[in-house]
Amino acid sequence: MEARRDIFQALADPTRRAIITLIALQAMTPNAIAEHFNSTRQAVSKHLQILTECELVTQKQQGREIYYQLEVNKMKEIDKWLNQFRKIWESRFNQLDKVLLTIQNKKK
Amino acid sequence: MNSNLKFDFEVNKENNTIVLKREFAANLELVWKAWTTAELLDQWWGPEPCRAKTKSMDFREGGHWLYCMIVPASITGGETEQIHWGKQEYEKIVSHKIFSGTDVFCDENGTANPEFPTGRFENVFSEEANGRTLVTMISTHNSFEDIEAVIAMGFKEGITVSFNQLDELLK
Repeated sequence: MEARRDIFQALADPTRRAIITLIALQAMTPNAIAEHFNSTRQAVSKHLQILTECELVTQKQQGREIYYQLEVNKMKEIDKWLNQFRKIWESRFNQLDKVLLTIQNKKK
Repeated sequence: MNSNLKFDFEVNKENNTIVLKREFAANLELVWKAWTTAELLDQWWGPEPCRAKTKSMDFREGGHWLYCMIVPASITGGETEQIHWGKQEYEKIVSHKIFSGTDVFCDENGTANPEFPTGRFENVFSEEANGRTLVTMISTHNSFEDIEAVIAMGFKEGITVSFNQLDELLK
């Protein structure tokens, strides 16, 4: 449960979400990631550290460079958990759409 | 779901809130009525195949809505349907604009079950230029653990299981 809370905190930050979106496509070095943002290499490193701590991203060494890659399964886990909640409301709202439509049609 | 209608979903760790925004293709008058009238709530509050049934409703500040959620046996895996009781206590009502209060897990008499966390809700209604109505639901909990407990309750009620089954069917 502790780790999960950290994940939401990690994902609450727009830059970190952007980093995730970026490395979802391919593993990247911190320098390459920093080039995409108007922030310093240090700031990006801090974001990567937070993402690493909650296991959303992992490092892999390739030659001299360290690449960061997205842990897709971890993202799926979060997604699944949130989706449960979201779906309950989605279902309710879809039913409400129907109720509203029925009432509107009756009035016509 | 109707993809033309806006639907935002946001979890805020900092203040333990879940914010849902949904647009409805109806005017404010009607949408407000659908959220505040027992007869209409019963038609949509229970996410399919569950059903919501109102026992009593007194829509005024200090009043409450006592309802149950009926979960069919096909979902629970048991032999009979399951019934879960819930109560919304209204604290603040500004007609056609906002209503807020607390969400309580309770028994059929409305007596709160202290094992489950109480959450706060605030539902804000606003009419949009295109004749649609935007509803913003802000659900606040004392801690993130409480949010997790509420979602876990969804599991217990079998609601989430039913969605998984639906997903399987639709594959």
